[in-house]
Amino acid sequence: MSLGIDKPAASEPDQVSSIGGSTRFVPGQSHDRITIVNGKVQLGQRLKDLWINRDLLMLLVRTELKVKYKDSVLGYAWSMLNPALVLTIYYVVFKIIARNHQPNFAIWLFAGLLVWNLFNGAAMGATSVVVGKAGIVKKVAFPRELLALSVVGVAMVLFAIQVVVLIAAMLLFGITPAWSFIAILPLALIALIVFTGALSIFLSAVNVYLRDTQHLTEVLLMAWFWGTSIVYTYGTIFLSGYQKNHPALKWMQYVYLVNPITPIAMTFQRAIYGKTQYSYLQPGSAAGTKPTIYHVLPTWGVGTYAGLLGAVLVVSIGLFLLALIVFGRLEGNFAEEL
Amino acid sequence: MAVAIEVTDISKQFRLYNEKHTSLKERVIHGGKMPFTPFWALRDVNVEINQGETFGILGRNGCGKSTLLKCVAGILKPTTGEIKVRGSLAAMLELGAGFQPDLSGRDNIYLNGSLLGLSRADITKRFDDIVAFAELEEFIDNQVKFYSSGMYVRLGFAVAVNVEPDVLLVDEVLAVGDAAFQRKCLDHVKKFQREGRTIVVVSHGADTIRQNCARAMVMNHGKVITVDEPGEAIRVYLADLLGVGTLEGSESGGIQGNVLAIGAVLAEHGGSGLRGHMYPGESLTVTAELDSLAPVPNAMATIAIHDDQNELVFASDPDDPACAIEVPEGGGIVRFLFPDVPLLDGTYSVSVGVRSATETAIYDWKDQVTKFEVANPGRATGRVRLPLDVSFHLRSTGMTGEVPAVGAEFAPLALPGWEESTA
Repeated sequence: MSLGIDKPAASEPDQVSSIGGSTRFVPGQSHDRITIVNGKVQLGQRLKDLWINRDLLMLLVRTELKVKYKDSVLGYAWSMLNPALVLTIYYVVFKIIARNHQPNFAIWLFAGLLVWNLFNGAAMGATSVVVGKAGIVKKVAFPRELLALSVVGVAMVLFAIQVVVLIAAMLLFGITPAWSFIAILPLALIALIVFTGALSIFLSAVNVYLRDTQHLTEVLLMAWFWGTSIVYTYGTIFLSGYQKNHPALKWMQYVYLVNPITPIAMTFQRAIYGKTQYSYLQPGSAAGTKPTIYHVLPTWGVGTYAGLLGAVLVVSIGLFLLALIVFGRLEGNFAEEL
Repeated sequence: MAVAIEVTDISKQFRLYNEKHTSLKERVIHGGKMPFTPFWALRDVNVEINQGETFGILGRNGCGKSTLLKCVAGILKPTTGEIKVRGSLAAMLELGAGFQPDLSGRDNIYLNGSLLGLSRADITKRFDDIVAFAELEEFIDNQVKFYSSGMYVRLGFAVAVNVEPDVLLVDEVLAVGDAAFQRKCLDHVKKFQREGRTIVVVSHGADTIRQNCARAMVMNHGKVITVDEPGEAIRVYLADLLGVGTLEGSESGGIQGNVLAIGAVLAEHGGSGLRGHMYPGESLTVTAELDSLAPVPNAMATIAIHDDQNELVFASDPDDPACAIEVPEGGGIVRFLFPDVPLLDGTYSVSVGVRSATETAIYDWKDQVTKFEVANPGRATGRVRLPLDVSFHLRSTGMTGEVPAVGAEFAPLALPGWEESTA
């Protein structure tokens, strides 16, 4: 019956691969490749599928960006408008209204917000992405984690645009970064992306079954934001605060650093802001008064930061794999739940 | 022959929630428990589909055929069991499923192709073929939202078939676009068959299955009823669909105040008595009991046959002298004999009536009072089996001996020497 067109040579051994749930076939591979669909979740295969489908991931990111700014006059400028507004608001509130005397406060803010915008944008977007793309999820077989990862990809593109603006601002204000710390920024960025990816994959799957994950995420992210030293400095609490020697704070410090975003944001601040302290003399102080030293960041060396980031990365990779397993378990009934 | 798809003990359970709590509040209130009724969309399905085979799945709505297809495609995960698929696979469950209305046709070809598993380079290679197949050369850079629905599905089909998978799953999407495009789609399916690709078609259209498939499976309530040749599978499917014991008699009331009334009506076919259904070309006898209070000398028996769409297939000539009957007091039995029923597949209902030959009075009319079923063991499709004779002739004059079976209309045109040789 079979006419044998496109049949591989008989000597070619069957390549057996097992796929839990998601069947992914790649044309051009051996026609004798056997794919197994069953109820199990095979982590290795899932990772392989993600790699095989990287073209699709890129395309989903491009599509998302294209659709987002299609037919809008300002186009990609809109992607800057929101962060710019947020930056302005915090600057006005903290610098002008609350009279924060930290020099170059805008750059400090920008460094932290850069990290936060990527994380926040991806986590918020990913939560609703599987539900939002129900049409594809119900009708096409592909690794659905890609949907969550595509949102992370979009956030990364917006991140890149903001970096360009930041560099321009630094040149304009003559800010010198801490070059030795710039060197570990790639590590911080990778840790951030892996952690964000893990959380995005997890949230996108859970939201299919529990639709108010979306609202819960919004609230939790808000708390998370204020629990991370972005609009204030790490030093304000632990280094220069009037309660800085309180024994409870010693413990608090460790708890504080468990938040994976904190070391990442601190690395960005350390590298971009470039200083760990500044001195400030109260206007109208008596002549001869020494300016007070304010610490904004710990005086750790590059190694300590890198070590913290390494720990975050290791944990994030673990979480990423865990998220893939959870996603794989939940994915089996997506088509039915949506 | 290698097996392309091996389905082993597949079961799929859906949960039918009485009330679905998708918000956290409701979950907390109900202690995280949601009452549900387990529903087995698939139950211990086993089937092997061979490489190069075109395989049909028949069944009424909700029988699990689409669920099975989704499991094979990997869109749903089976609760238990395992499916092995050999080679690459593409599923056409809905044409243009991944289309982004805001993007151009060009962008959507790339997106849809990638979703179906093609790499960027592959799509670039096939791009022109896809556009040509969809006949959208002029509109390829327009946004898809401005496409007509025909253009939309054409593009979807063009992308899907150009993936050129080893195994193609099709869910009732063959009938898209205008007649010319449909023909092109079918041609493409035929080409796939010739190339030895495996095709699985899910449909509830018996004709699609009969025309295209080598074997077919009938499903009901998540279980496999039969896997057989298309003709037999379709018969089982139709019997299941209509829930009729095929040929059946019917009893009805007696005289209702009129002079003449029709009693029991029975339809019997001339084939083997064990078979519930008849084959095309067999005879059909419809008998109707008549009760009369008085002699009715000028009566006309009439009969009509409707198909399952309630379309009239045949009604007897009201003035046909062959239908004239003379009914004595007390009544009798009227027998309608169709010596050769040329109908193809379907379940047909029979209506019987008796009217006056001289006046317009109708004595009695039993509308769709009984049914009979025709199942076609062959592969002809349509409504009726027309008598057909095909022969072939050379156009040259030197032909002798062979007498064309076709009429004179054909002969003088194609065979100039024909009249001579027969003269």
